[in-house]
Amino acid sequence: MYRTPEGKDIFVVDGHTHFWDGSPENQKNIHGKQFVECFYAYHTALSPKEQLWEKSKFEKYSADDLYRDLFIDGPDDVAIIQSTYLKDFYKNGFNTIERNAEVAKRYPERFIVNGSFDPRDGEKALEYIHYMKETYDIKGVKMYTAEWNGDSKGWKLNDPRAYKCFELCEKLGIKNVHVHKGPTIIPLNKDAFDVHDVDYAATDFQNLNWIVEHCGLPRLDDFCWIAVQETNVYAGLAVALPFIHSRPRYFAEVMAELLFWCGPDKILFGSDYAIWTPRWLVERLWAMELPEDIARERGVELTPEIKEKILGLNAARLYDINIEAKKKALASSPFSIAAE
Amino acid sequence: MTTASVSGSRERELWRRLGEVNDPELDEPITEMGFVERAEVAGDGGVEVDFRLPTYWCSPNFAFLMLDGVRKVLDRLSWSPVYRVTLHDHMFAEEVNSGMEAGKSFGDIFGELAGDLDLGTLRETFAMKAFKRRQEAVLLSLRQCGLPDQEILGMDLVAYDRARFRMEETAKQKARYRAALLERFPARRASDPVFLTWEGQKIPVSALGAHLAELRGVRINMEFNGALCRGLKHTRYKELDVVDGEPTLVDFIMDRVPVEPAPNI
Repeated sequence: MYRTPEGKDIFVVDGHTHFWDGSPENQKNIHGKQFVECFYAYHTALSPKEQLWEKSKFEKYSADDLYRDLFIDGPDDVAIIQSTYLKDFYKNGFNTIERNAEVAKRYPERFIVNGSFDPRDGEKALEYIHYMKETYDIKGVKMYTAEWNGDSKGWKLNDPRAYKCFELCEKLGIKNVHVHKGPTIIPLNKDAFDVHDVDYAATDFQNLNWIVEHCGLPRLDDFCWIAVQETNVYAGLAVALPFIHSRPRYFAEVMAELLFWCGPDKILFGSDYAIWTPRWLVERLWAMELPEDIARERGVELTPEIKEKILGLNAARLYDINIEAKKKALASSPFSIAAE
Repeated sequence: MTTASVSGSRERELWRRLGEVNDPELDEPITEMGFVERAEVAGDGGVEVDFRLPTYWCSPNFAFLMLDGVRKVLDRLSWSPVYRVTLHDHMFAEEVNSGMEAGKSFGDIFGELAGDLDLGTLRETFAMKAFKRRQEAVLLSLRQCGLPDQEILGMDLVAYDRARFRMEETAKQKARYRAALLERFPARRASDPVFLTWEGQKIPVSALGAHLAELRGVRINMEFNGALCRGLKHTRYKELDVVDGEPTLVDFIMDRVPVEPAPNI
């Protein structure tokens, strides 16, 4: 719960968090080393100084660190924890669903664990979706279209094999598909984070919600154009939001574009923990006002009501979180009492 | 000239030439982005350039375009030296370095991984983005100076050249937009308006708002890359070392320590 300076309690759903192991012991090769190093560079490049972590902690933090940073020191009520396997880079995977489910079990009521699959695995991917639904009752998945798999260095959401998987997701009620569409890394001839495949998939799967993480940056205009046409496409703020510290005016321009094209009901807060911790992000977002000229240019506003939607109400809707019931359950949680 | 001043002037020429190469995705000189980690002229005139990108994962096609640009400007150095350009710490460093040395094309280096990539098309896309970004910077400054839209859109090259900007940054963009305009429309007449769409259409006053919104979209994307690349390049390989009271490495990472003037060598 975030208590604003005015004394209002805001329900916070953190739409994008991780519990990874990028430690040298788990790295399989140079790619694994460079992958977590790249994350660490994001962390050091965009965090306020007082929020910086040592590298060894960043590579591998404990379940208690995670819980404390999100829910005790941090303002999150519920966190969606994403799975990213990267088994070509890490011996036990980077953050698998098993690892995430374990931490979710340890701290009940706090986490929504999302699965992941790779459509290039064909039949095995379909079996795996069944397994994740039966074992963990997942409501969402995280897709990482630039992940390597054998000779393949990426895939598209509208590949026929991917469509088979999404058909199954729809059938099983796994309705939230988070798609990593962020800064350009890895791709060679084609841009594996190009956003146009979202357009096809969102049109063809109207019953699924497509949450585009990092709002497609640096292809914000393409993303916005798709989001305005598809009612089931959402923008995840992870990675864009930390710019609120280093380049506030730039972040305001991004927000104005998102508010204009996607609208206030389709933007989701996400810290991208452990790259960033949620407390400072939520505080700054709450304190932020759109500069007058930017707001006027696009004819948009960022009111407290809109911020409340972005910080929790929108994600609660997608994940069927009953906020009043959840507040009660959290109030009786032994962990939050012990912590305070 | 003494030997020392010959090598000094050659080094200056080398850096000036390297500064002509832009990061295609950001439209900013590679030297300003800090991608050239070392550029040296040896006693025999030979040139060595060390190149490092912000991450191990940066797109190899962009890396190739930049290194190809470096190769071209080194070929124009006045003393025609033997040179070696090395890409460091990149997932395809080995392939790119050996391929570059053998003078291979992108397709030759990456074989089937390159697929149907047409570098010419990619170059054109980047040229378009640069054109738009530079144009936006100039249009916004002219508006800020209080010029009415009608007058701005009616400018020809003579009027454009006469316009003065207070900010140094804008003056730079003004020259850069001029260059992009002439490259895009080499056959233009002196009396033609300087502000056109990339397709060569005139911009009516009533459409300027929408046109600027489109340009803003281009800039927001480029700025995101630019800010990220700068930040990542700046922090690459630096680790956290906390010492109470004294400026720490974090302070250096975050640019919070005043830079002491470098000693004159």
